Amino acid sequence: MINASLSELAQALAGKQISSVELTQLFLERAQRLNPGLNAFVTLDPEASLAQARAADERISDGQLQSLTGVPVALKDIFCTKGWLTTCGSKILSNFVAPYDAHVVEKLKGAGAVSLGKTNMDEFAMGSSSETSYYGPVRNPWDRNTVAGGSSGGSAAAVAARLVPAALGTDTGGSIRQPAALCGISGLKPTYGVVSRYGMIAFASSLDQCGPMAKSAADLAVLLTAVAGFDPRDSTSLERPSEDYGRDLERSIRGLRIGLPREFFGEGLAADVGQAVETAVAGFQRLGCQVVEVRLPQTRLCIPAYYVLAPAEASSNLARFDGVRYGYRAPEYTDLRDMYMKTRAQGFGAEVKRRIMIGTYVLSHGYYDAYYLQAQKVRRLIAQEFAEAFKLCDVIMGPTAPTTAFQLGAKTADPVQMYLNDIYTVPAPLAGIPALSIPCGFGDNDLPVGLQIMGNYFQEARMLGVAHQYQRTTDWHLRAPAGFG
Amino acid sequence: MALSLDDVKRIAQLARLEVTDTEAPQVLAQLQAIFALIEELQSVDTHGIEPMSHAQQVTLRLREDRVTEENECELFQSIAPQVEAGLYLVPKIIE
Repeated sequence: MINASLSELAQALAGKQISSVELTQLFLERAQRLNPGLNAFVTLDPEASLAQARAADERISDGQLQSLTGVPVALKDIFCTKGWLTTCGSKILSNFVAPYDAHVVEKLKGAGAVSLGKTNMDEFAMGSSSETSYYGPVRNPWDRNTVAGGSSGGSAAAVAARLVPAALGTDTGGSIRQPAALCGISGLKPTYGVVSRYGMIAFASSLDQCGPMAKSAADLAVLLTAVAGFDPRDSTSLERPSEDYGRDLERSIRGLRIGLPREFFGEGLAADVGQAVETAVAGFQRLGCQVVEVRLPQTRLCIPAYYVLAPAEASSNLARFDGVRYGYRAPEYTDLRDMYMKTRAQGFGAEVKRRIMIGTYVLSHGYYDAYYLQAQKVRRLIAQEFAEAFKLCDVIMGPTAPTTAFQLGAKTADPVQMYLNDIYTVPAPLAGIPALSIPCGFGDNDLPVGLQIMGNYFQEARMLGVAHQYQRTTDWHLRAPAGFG
Repeated sequence: MALSLDDVKRIAQLARLEVTDTEAPQVLAQLQAIFALIEELQSVDTHGIEPMSHAQQVTLRLREDRVTEENECELFQSIAPQVEAGLYLVPKIIE
């Protein structure tokens, strides 16, 4: 049951082979037993989860079954949850119990899903290894001395270790796809605006997007269908008709044009990762796809542009944490300004402070044009380059991350090395296009490798179909880390 | 571009972050390394390129001008560090 797909779980629940309470108990027991070695969950509340499971069982008895009714789902600790702590991995929100649910949490509850708990993450989603969390680093279930990736590392590790069937994450510069790759699971960042961000704590508002994390592409489709949709409470939510993101799963990919950008296979890419990705592309060719070369020469500028835009927006968004209306307040201070300065100095970790300072600087008088405006112009060039590339191909493929999971602590002392890890994941959010990662093999150290599939705006269903056709002929996504399967 | 310790202190003040004299040199070194990375943006000719502030061209929606929210002042203030009589308390600003 712990390896079952979401549709298999739905069938088992509908056929009364298992109740939601039994299923929830199964995963709660695993989470409680195995989480101390992984630190994937920061909040587990068995009583509340089981109450939701009992309600789901009643709905099932009444015949009101939807795709996720009774299925446990974990939530990144960035989503506001009424009655549960929402810490965003930070000390400054260590006592924050949101008075309302995020839109996606409402959607999951509405569908009868069971919230299994809140997952660990880099503080305010700023990081690529889930090591900046105030609550300690997440460990990768494939090798507990390596990182789980970030910032949605807790969600990725929890799914990989079969502590939960599926989870929600968020992606600003790769925070769903990179941990999915490093933990050997599937993860999708939708088109900007597809999923409402109401109740999702903001990091960089022109980039942030919520998305599903699960074992397979078919499972991602189920979860995305459940949480996507227009919400007037998010001013960037797009007014579009709702979609069934699983509609193209069985569609043939014969004749599909796969764009390979040379810039994604150059210097900095580990040989074992490159090898696994090329083997995966060859697999797609055997399924009848064509490979075309595309050029994305601005790729080298994506990291510099991202590390201007994201910190700039973060410095503005995080101004709200001042110890006045909620969260941590410094115990001692002399006056109001001192209270702000001490509260924020004590409440934020080093990486968050660094990004706030970068952002403050690039937005400050005399530097705005040279940095912030210039980065926005480069962003336009990046988006235009993708638009050109999609005239030649249907999807773009490449590695998700330049290496497999690295050792805990290996990059924490050198922020620039950590940032460079995002080289292949920041282009998609800068352009605003959807991108996903699926497992496609293992590296030299027997750690998972992720294949990234990027598509044009609103091509999620097609991309999930492409990923599903690959997963029909491979079993990488079914592999579980030793001791967890 | 060369950042100085004075810049670090000025930025910290603007960002309302206390940075101690002992922390400042390390913060400076890390910010310098990051700005060296960002500096590459200056090599691009972006003359005539329109800045891209958002991934989707959307205009802000308007809605009917009527009350849609209930007053939940008490609930929201229940999680504040210090409140009194419906007000958030902060240190005295005016003597």
